[in-house]
Amino acid sequence: MALTLADVARIAHLARLDIDATEAQAVHAKLESIFALIDALDTVDTAGVEPMAHAQDTAMPLRDDVVTETDQHALFQRGAPAVTDGLYLVPRVVE
Amino acid sequence: MPGIDGTVAELVAALRAKEISSVELTRAVLGRIEAAQPAINAFISVDAEGALAQATAADAALARGDAPGLAGIPIAHKDVLMTAGLRTTCGSRMLADFVAPYDAHVVTGLREAGTVLVGKTNMDEFAMGSSNESSYFGPVRNPWNPAYVPGGSSGGSAAAVAARLVPAASGTDTGGSIRQPASFTGICGMKPTYGVCSRYGLVAYASSLDTPGVFARTAQDCGLILNAMAGHDRRDATSLARPREDYTRDLAQPLAGLRIGLPSAYFDDGVDADVAHAVDDALRAFRALGATTVAVELPNVGLSVPVYYVLASAEASSNLSRFDGVRYGHRAAHYTDLVDMYKKSRAEGFGAEVKRRILTGTYVLSHGYYDAYYLKAQKVRRLIAGDFARAYAQCDVLMGPVTPGTAYRLGEKIDDPVQMYLGDIFTIAGNLTGTPGISVPCGFDQRGLPIGLLIQGPAFAEAKLLNVAHRFQQATDWHARAPQGVA
Amino acid sequence: MTWETVIGLETHAQLSTAAKIFSGASTAFGAAPNSQAAAVDLALPGVLPVLNRGAVERAIRFGLAVGATIHRRSVFARKNYFYPDLPKGYQISQFEIPVVVGGSIGILSPSRGEMRVNLTRAHLEEDAGKSLHEDFHGMSGIDLNRAGTPLLEIVTEPDMRSADEAVAYARALHALVRWIGICDGNMQEGSFRCDANVSVRRTGATTLGTRCEIKNLNSFRFMQEAIDHEVRRQIELIEDGGTVVQETRLYDPDRRETRSMRSKEDAQDYRYFPDPDLPPLMIDEAWIDRVRGEMPELPEAMQARWRTAYALPAADAQALTASRELAAYFEVAARTAGGEARIVANWVLGDLAAALNRGGVEIAHAAVSANALAGLIRRIGDGTISGRIAKDVFEAMWQGEATGDDAADVIIARKGLRQIADVGAIEKIVDDALAANAAIVAEYKAGKEKAFNSLVGKVMAASKGKANPAQVNAILKQKLG
Repeated sequence: MALTLADVARIAHLARLDIDATEAQAVHAKLESIFALIDALDTVDTAGVEPMAHAQDTAMPLRDDVVTETDQHALFQRGAPAVTDGLYLVPRVVE
Repeated sequence: MPGIDGTVAELVAALRAKEISSVELTRAVLGRIEAAQPAINAFISVDAEGALAQATAADAALARGDAPGLAGIPIAHKDVLMTAGLRTTCGSRMLADFVAPYDAHVVTGLREAGTVLVGKTNMDEFAMGSSNESSYFGPVRNPWNPAYVPGGSSGGSAAAVAARLVPAASGTDTGGSIRQPASFTGICGMKPTYGVCSRYGLVAYASSLDTPGVFARTAQDCGLILNAMAGHDRRDATSLARPREDYTRDLAQPLAGLRIGLPSAYFDDGVDADVAHAVDDALRAFRALGATTVAVELPNVGLSVPVYYVLASAEASSNLSRFDGVRYGHRAAHYTDLVDMYKKSRAEGFGAEVKRRILTGTYVLSHGYYDAYYLKAQKVRRLIAGDFARAYAQCDVLMGPVTPGTAYRLGEKIDDPVQMYLGDIFTIAGNLTGTPGISVPCGFDQRGLPIGLLIQGPAFAEAKLLNVAHRFQQATDWHARAPQGVA
Repeated sequence: MTWETVIGLETHAQLSTAAKIFSGASTAFGAAPNSQAAAVDLALPGVLPVLNRGAVERAIRFGLAVGATIHRRSVFARKNYFYPDLPKGYQISQFEIPVVVGGSIGILSPSRGEMRVNLTRAHLEEDAGKSLHEDFHGMSGIDLNRAGTPLLEIVTEPDMRSADEAVAYARALHALVRWIGICDGNMQEGSFRCDANVSVRRTGATTLGTRCEIKNLNSFRFMQEAIDHEVRRQIELIEDGGTVVQETRLYDPDRRETRSMRSKEDAQDYRYFPDPDLPPLMIDEAWIDRVRGEMPELPEAMQARWRTAYALPAADAQALTASRELAAYFEVAARTAGGEARIVANWVLGDLAAALNRGGVEIAHAAVSANALAGLIRRIGDGTISGRIAKDVFEAMWQGEATGDDAADVIIARKGLRQIADVGAIEKIVDDALAANAAIVAEYKAGKEKAFNSLVGKVMAASKGKANPAQVNAILKQKLG
């Protein structure tokens, strides 16, 4: 599966990473070598093998439906880039 | 009196005997950190004021006689663990000014045990790297030779312990990030079973692999620190609800009858001669202690690296999406709109290696590639876990080198990520299988750089691994050797 | 050329838990911005999600209520996309293995009668925060109080063929989720939000047309209008030689039309994968059994029972199960009133519903209790008052002129509204009325049938409504020969 320069632009957009043409070239070369390594997986027969998502075979623990948190927005917003009236500010969202 | 160079166990005894006070010890530690910082760059933040306050409190508790087990012991935390009120940067520009509003679970555990937190150690950015060269705060240097890397990603913690700046430090291990730098710097580094230490407050790199652990010079010290870090945490759904245990309980057990498995893959041509010799010598020492060795096969272990780079990158690409410049962290000064704000903030905030892994992970999860990469890697992960389960049916522990070679020069592999990735070939399987491992010093190469022996076991074999490592350290003195220029 | 409309609905029901789905923050509506956004909701570095048992329990309850399969093992996945109201950059949802699969909900279609709408699945996920678009110096404000509120996303098969059916389904689902106590159903506050997938095809076609997803249907009326508009738009588009483009459209209730959502145009690639922070959700038999044991009688079962026991029409049974409170009210009133339950149904759905509507009052706070209404209806049945007078008595009861189970009797006695049963007395009133209205009598005799009704009216008025209308009719007929 060859990774193209266009793929690099597409995934950089998906990942919201600004990347210029020169950078994309360099990244592309490195990613190609990484995928050459990864493509070794193609050779393995995994028919009938259950995917392993977790290191331990455990069940989901559950929390009781109880409110345990208090208002800490002043603490949490101390280092926020832009805040007004308790709201985080971002460039205008268009719907 | 052991003084500042004592082990955790020795310092605990000295503090209790009032041979030294925690304030004295902490002052000495702070002095050493300051002196070593220009050469080693092991720390990102030092909290002298906070440390002395904690030391004063520890001394008071020791005087009253109600001090907890590790009262007054100075330690450092890897800067990927949240520490309330202290800057927690993850070695990234993204969080260069981020002050943590809460403590990680393992940080709380060590705080409650009475340790004195002196500072936060340097690391590869977001724990992605094997050489500590990807830190926004500059590379860490190997105390044994500053021209060489200390390993990574927990390079700052490893270097700090190796340079005798602190007796112990925390680390995190996702693909070898504790065991490999421990090996490169000639100390002990333990990655426990996944789920034994809570990940709450560990800034996630690859959630299904990330494991908090410990650096110290002896296996015994690793056990003492692990005792305070481990434990069930309801805030982490992958934290295991198991009874507390004393990981030092079996330290003194004899090794007669111990069955050591030797995976052929760990002893092939790819391993440097010096490393192979040191490991052979270590195995001889174990046989002399009554252990036997048996050859085992791990047919799929060679695929660990590609499996790791698919799974870890995929998880990382998602885990690092929260760094978007909205609620905390770096926001670009100039942008045209929302999407541009995201893209510029992230492009400026993340370094090259982090971006590469985000892009790799985004690609393997993207439409049409998921089955070929992510699902495939999860299946091979299962095969690798099966290999280890079969191996542990034949032996108690597995042994081999931690890495194929010793530390390399700064800059030597920085432009060849694949070469660097392949250096983690022996440690990664421990993360994929969630099983514990410890790196123990077992010699030096011809350049005088340390070599580590990797001892791995099945899930929850921590006490056994520490026992095996401890008996080895009783029989050898590799861990007692200090880098030049260190007292 | 005739067209067939095909509709499937996706509903996001906020689950009525006290705490959020993955954190211990409160889910209460209307708090100060970000005051209920805990570290986990804000996606601070290092935090981890832990699933709320209450959310799972509500999903089980829903699955049981619609006769679905409840997966003993289900998996949470990450849906990755960047949006300022999504703090982690991914939404924790369920993708390949949801907690609930299948099931169906019965509705009464205006055109097709009783039918079942099949459900594809229902899965647990977390809600996003809110973007406020008032002008903060050209910026948007982000409030994450809602982020992490538990949602059950309920997805239907494309089983509906008209906006009426879609609305009937949405109403039935809305009633059901409140009935089983998993969602407060408050549409203004966004507790119950529907998106409609709408497509059209030529009648007889077997493949589906290209669909558009309409968002922001926050009332049943808007749903009706939006779907009707969208269907017209698609048909006109195709008839004009165009093609429908698959897209997300937003309903604008002010302009009564749907418009394309530009923000969703960007081709999405959500990169779903199982959330490594969350092991599989395991639901054992014992848990399901316990929830089953705690389930109330469900609306469909109740409707069936009433239709058999009380011979209620389907529409009445459906209307009376709009809420548990209404159903309980009817059940008590019908049992206490005895006799024809259909009359009780008419009263509950008629005068009572109108009074509640007028006052904007919930059934739980109705000024006339079920027992009191039954007392009134009994007085119609035993001939004490006429249906006409009963309406006045009801009004007086509603105004609080008497309370208690015997309110009707108190008012009838106090106002002297008891029906005149004495035939002689009625004959006297009839005679007086005939004498006073000779002109009308003449008209009647000249063959003008309508004049008879006019005479009945005169008699009833003279009796102040207390005469029995049937008796008046009979006596008038007899006297007019």
